[in-house]
Amino acid sequence: MKLRDLSYRYKIPISFMLVSVLVVLAVSTTLVVQTYQSARHDLVTNAESLGKSLARALTPMILRDDVWSAYETVITPLGAPAGEQALRGLVVLDTQGRIYVASNPRRFPALRDLATAGVGYNRLLNTVRLNGNDASQVVEDEEDPELFVAVPILTDGYRLGTLILIYSKTVFLSRFYGAMWRVLGITGALLVMLMPLGWYWGRRMAKPLLHLTECMDQVGSLPPDAIECNLDLGEDEIGHLGSRFKAMLAQLKEKQALETEMARANRLAAIGRIAAGIAHEVNNPLGGMLNAVSTLKRHGHPDPFTAKTVSLLERGLLQIKDIVGALLVEARLESHPLTPQDVEDTRTLLTADIRGKAIHFSWKNSLNEPVSLPSTLIRQILMNLLLNATQAVRENGRIECRVWRESGSLWLEVVNDGCHIGERQMEHLFEPFAETHEHGTGFGLWLVHQIILQLNGNIRVESVPGRTQFSVTLPLGGDHADQLETASLPY
Amino acid sequence: MGYLPGRVISFMISRFWLILGLVLLMGFAPGVQAESPLRIGTTAVFLDDQVDFLSAWQEYLEQRLGRQVIFVRRGNYGEINDLLQRDQLEFAWTCGYPYVRYKSRLRLLAVPLFNGKPLYQSYLIVPETDTHTRDYGDLKGTMFAYSDPNSNSGWLVPQYEMYKRSIDSAVFFRKFFFTWAHRKVVEAVAAGLADAGAVDGYVWETLALQHPELTSKTRVVYKSAWYGFPPFVARRTVSATDFERMQQVLLNMDQDAQGRALLKRLNLDGFVAGNDEIFAGIASNMRQLGAQ
Repeated sequence: MKLRDLSYRYKIPISFMLVSVLVVLAVSTTLVVQTYQSARHDLVTNAESLGKSLARALTPMILRDDVWSAYETVITPLGAPAGEQALRGLVVLDTQGRIYVASNPRRFPALRDLATAGVGYNRLLNTVRLNGNDASQVVEDEEDPELFVAVPILTDGYRLGTLILIYSKTVFLSRFYGAMWRVLGITGALLVMLMPLGWYWGRRMAKPLLHLTECMDQVGSLPPDAIECNLDLGEDEIGHLGSRFKAMLAQLKEKQALETEMARANRLAAIGRIAAGIAHEVNNPLGGMLNAVSTLKRHGHPDPFTAKTVSLLERGLLQIKDIVGALLVEARLESHPLTPQDVEDTRTLLTADIRGKAIHFSWKNSLNEPVSLPSTLIRQILMNLLLNATQAVRENGRIECRVWRESGSLWLEVVNDGCHIGERQMEHLFEPFAETHEHGTGFGLWLVHQIILQLNGNIRVESVPGRTQFSVTLPLGGDHADQLETASLPY
Repeated sequence: MGYLPGRVISFMISRFWLILGLVLLMGFAPGVQAESPLRIGTTAVFLDDQVDFLSAWQEYLEQRLGRQVIFVRRGNYGEINDLLQRDQLEFAWTCGYPYVRYKSRLRLLAVPLFNGKPLYQSYLIVPETDTHTRDYGDLKGTMFAYSDPNSNSGWLVPQYEMYKRSIDSAVFFRKFFFTWAHRKVVEAVAAGLADAGAVDGYVWETLALQHPELTSKTRVVYKSAWYGFPPFVARRTVSATDFERMQQVLLNMDQDAQGRALLKRLNLDGFVAGNDEIFAGIASNMRQLGAQ
């Protein structure tokens, strides 16, 4: 897996922790380097200051050739146990590089050449200046385990010799390592504190992004209206993304609703075309058959059995005609404009059903003049809706019906408190034979839909338990006169 | 120095007279005042680095003498000799060599008893690591440590020993130096600073008791003949009373517990009046070496 493929869930916390590590590393490196430099500087400064005062003290002793006093002087700084002290020894050299006296006479016997004490000292002897009035000199070689500080011993500007202070690098280094470990310990502790903090902050920063990603991942796998996201992400870039995502989700939902609606409309239209086509094709032979039967009854003098059979045939054919007629939504050219009385008649027709179920019926007809809509079709719509309502309500149920005119449209509203329409039913509500119940043909709502479609109207259904409402709007537009004459199904 | 303003010169002159006056006062005052403190010079003939020992001894002497006693310590024998010569000390514990040398101006007060005798030896010591040296003759080209040029055991005896062996000590050693104390000869040899050294046998034996870790780093190569132990001396001008009182106190130190305790710390058995006989060896060596 590449680093770029890693989740921000880990990438941000790891980055935070990496930054802490780098900062701590940089700080500890700086501290360690500084510690080393200051430790070395301290060592050299102390050595030079010690060397200078010893050199001053040694001057009269060398002048008097007082070896013992010089020895007592050079062993003075070596009081502490050897293990703890970086200063390992002191050697006084004469101007020829011979040992005058040393704190460790066994290793540096007096009057011997310093070079005889070992390779490192030979190198030292080659490096250090033994004459002239130079300042003190620090001599250090990678290979030597010792560091040397050479201080001139002068009297009145004349060089008597050189005091060499021998420092153990091991002791110095072990002391430096001690300081270094302390620094590393402190910075390590800091790291231990910073790491979880970095992880926590990183997780916290990544959280909104992860949440947004989770939400976005649902798009495609879940329908838009099933996606539930509580995106309260603030005002930063991620917050902006979140609000854009919300807007996108809303658009998706709208689009999906539109698509569903269109699919239903297309389905209904297709069904309508098929039904009308079949009805049309059935109608022609049906008309012929009914004519034939009529002719047979009128002129054929059939025997009683035949007559009975013909009558049976006729009834069957008439039933087919009814069904086909219902499918066709036949144009009623003879329709007159809808009057308030037409609406009232519908109520009258329903009186028996309403009484039978003891329904609380609320009726409000606000029409007070005829409107230019085909009365038969409107009555059919109202009748179907009200009949459905009476079937839906239980005993002592409630039905409300309102008819009114408003902003260039006729409004019909039927409300009942009966069984509500379920979601699956709603999907196919206006399709023929969508519902099968004891009464009716199953065409009712389809018919209503077809008529409304034909009149360029609109029907809305809202159904929740205890309340189902059908609202119909029919425009009283300029072409209604035309419709009155040519109203026909769209085929 | 060029010239100085008059005021400075007059100031310096007045200072000169003041200092001269003080010096004279210090020089003559004790002679005039009978009950002035008794000043005892000490040298490195014993382990004089024990301050608490000297103050205990001082207290002891003051009790016995009924007089104030002051121990005067100096860096070497020579300074104590000088103070004696200039009558700035009444008594001194010094070496047999200066006693013999300046006998005309000194009186023998008491001689310590070491292992029951008023005698001691000079030891030739080498570092413990040196296993081959047997005698002075093996030390050619080495670094040699003497204690003090006024010391018998730490200078005169080794000079005599080498003279006997026809060794010219001036060129025999690569180098020699003085440590100004016997104990420091032992330290110089123990540290390896000196390849060999001449030391007071009494000091070495006492150190061997009190600081065996130091003497164990050295090896005694050669012990000289017996010589008179470093004596207590008085300057000739000390009053007979003071001389006798002091002598009695010293001679009787082994008679009381306190005195014995002090003697024990000195690793001595007591004091005897002594005589010049026991210093004859030193005098003989001096004559042979032509030392004055």
